[in-house]
Amino acid sequence: MQQVIQLTLSGIAIGSIYACLAVALVLIYKTTHHVNFAQGEMATFSAYVALFAVGLGLPLWLAAVVAVLFAFVSGMVIERVVIRRFHSASATTFVVACIALFIGINSLSGWIFGHDLKAFPSIFGAGTSSVVPFLSAHEVGSIVTVVVIAGLLYLFLSHTSLGLAMRATADNPVSARLSGVPVDWLLTLGWGIAAAVGAVAALLVAPIVFLDPNMMIGVLIYAFAAALLGGLDSPWGAIVGGILIGVIENLAGAYVVGNDMKLSLALLIIVAVLMLLPQGLLGRKTATRV
Amino acid sequence: MQTPNSSSRRIGALLIVAAIALLVALPMLVKGFFLFQITMVLCMALAVMGLNIVVGYGGQLSLGHGAVFAIGAYVAAVGMDSFALHWLPAVVIAGLVCLAFGVLFGWPSLRLKGHHLALATFALALAMPQILKHRSIETWTGGVQGVMVFNSPVPDWLPLSREVFVFYLVLAVVLIAFFGTAALFRSRMGRAIIAVKENQIAAASMGVNVTRTKLATFALSCLLTGLAGALYTLITEYVSPDSFDLMKSILLLVAVMVGGAGTILGPLVGAVFIQFVPNLAEQVSQSATSAIYAGFLLIMVFFMPTGVVGFVRGLLIRLRARR
Repeated sequence: MQQVIQLTLSGIAIGSIYACLAVALVLIYKTTHHVNFAQGEMATFSAYVALFAVGLGLPLWLAAVVAVLFAFVSGMVIERVVIRRFHSASATTFVVACIALFIGINSLSGWIFGHDLKAFPSIFGAGTSSVVPFLSAHEVGSIVTVVVIAGLLYLFLSHTSLGLAMRATADNPVSARLSGVPVDWLLTLGWGIAAAVGAVAALLVAPIVFLDPNMMIGVLIYAFAAALLGGLDSPWGAIVGGILIGVIENLAGAYVVGNDMKLSLALLIIVAVLMLLPQGLLGRKTATRV
Repeated sequence: MQTPNSSSRRIGALLIVAAIALLVALPMLVKGFFLFQITMVLCMALAVMGLNIVVGYGGQLSLGHGAVFAIGAYVAAVGMDSFALHWLPAVVIAGLVCLAFGVLFGWPSLRLKGHHLALATFALALAMPQILKHRSIETWTGGVQGVMVFNSPVPDWLPLSREVFVFYLVLAVVLIAFFGTAALFRSRMGRAIIAVKENQIAAASMGVNVTRTKLATFALSCLLTGLAGALYTLITEYVSPDSFDLMKSILLLVAVMVGGAGTILGPLVGAVFIQFVPNLAEQVSQSATSAIYAGFLLIMVFFMPTGVVGFVRGLLIRLRARR
């Protein structure tokens, strides 16, 4: 029993990291109806930036801030330079462009920073936490981080005029533009925010699995599963989905399939959600007028 | 779509006949490693033809055709190794298994609109090496080690070496698939596939069953790519799980885009590209190959959405108009 509790708790911790990346995916999906396959690789690159900043002598927390800011700016740049051109393109073309970014950024990470595994320190320090039993300080820190991100996101989307404009852009870009909302810039801003949230996920994963150019590929698959489970158009669904997936992964990994099948488990969840619950837990069923 | 006039059609037919004649004579001209490379190009071209059906004609995106290729390769390898099958039934069974897999895997994601096939196949591509290595099927798949296939596919009455026989076998399958797909897209079924890509609602109102057509497209493409996988086993006599990773799937996608999505000749051009570019690029850096692929993908979607073949075709049409 104690083991089940322990696995569940650490599942929540790892799940909150999946939730983070899933939120990033959903933020972009909501505004553009496209899935950003390059989200994980963009995040990995930001984690390398943090490590580079530490190497320059910055304290870890400041390096993390630098990395998140870097992600924010580079996310906006990528939207302006590349993604912008594919807004009216077909889904296929868009995903091909994302795959190009995916392997491009992946090889850039490898080219600049090398392909070897690098140890990455946790912002929350090593060792166990004094607050929650069974969990390390890093795991507690991950959960708290996601709660903070969810809170900030809620405040931003529901209680600021910029957030309102952003929801309008997601809801109905044409009438938002007619009401004077700068839709183009909000889309750019959305990519920036998503990239920043993704970078946080990478900073939380890196201390657990070591940093290498392919670090986020496995996490991305779990984030896909989380976003689908929660409903692709719901940020809160992404958080719920992420945490559920983390718990399922831990329990199933220990008792059902074994740890060597974790990626296959993600595949199984994705296919199951598509079959049984295509709009996700908190997603909206949409009917389109044609 | 331009309808070429009869003289240019005749030139095209002549070129194709010349190319086939050259390929048939090839084993007499080249030997050894170069012949092996050409055989691999043809094999990859078959796999790319499969993906092209789904991406170029069907308008759906599969990021997991490397995994389908792996299933074809493994079914053939296990059939010949563990069950001592003759190569012909092994290859046929591999193709049929991939066809069935296409139906089963495509069904949950293809009845939904949007990115779901891309998402699900992306996960499939990532999971495939793990699945192939799994303990429960290790007696057949050999786990991390993979499967070695020792058998001589050459019939006794043929005075051909193994390499040359496999080359002609692959060439024959590629030619059948090439003319088969060309005929398909002139038939009712092929027109329905393109109609679904262009406008689902319009297609549905014309009496096309959209979901079934999408499913048939995906299954057919899995059949071709699976057959390519089975032929790959015959060519290399060895399969290992880690050679079928995500990059394999992306490679096939690169080939479709570079050659020209939705063109009949595109897969051949794309296959040449992915076979020879890595050899050149790896002299620069380990990361160079994927960086080049990334660059080419972006160039293609930005400037040449119909790939090299579409670009050349457009150029020819413009030249003729000027004359």
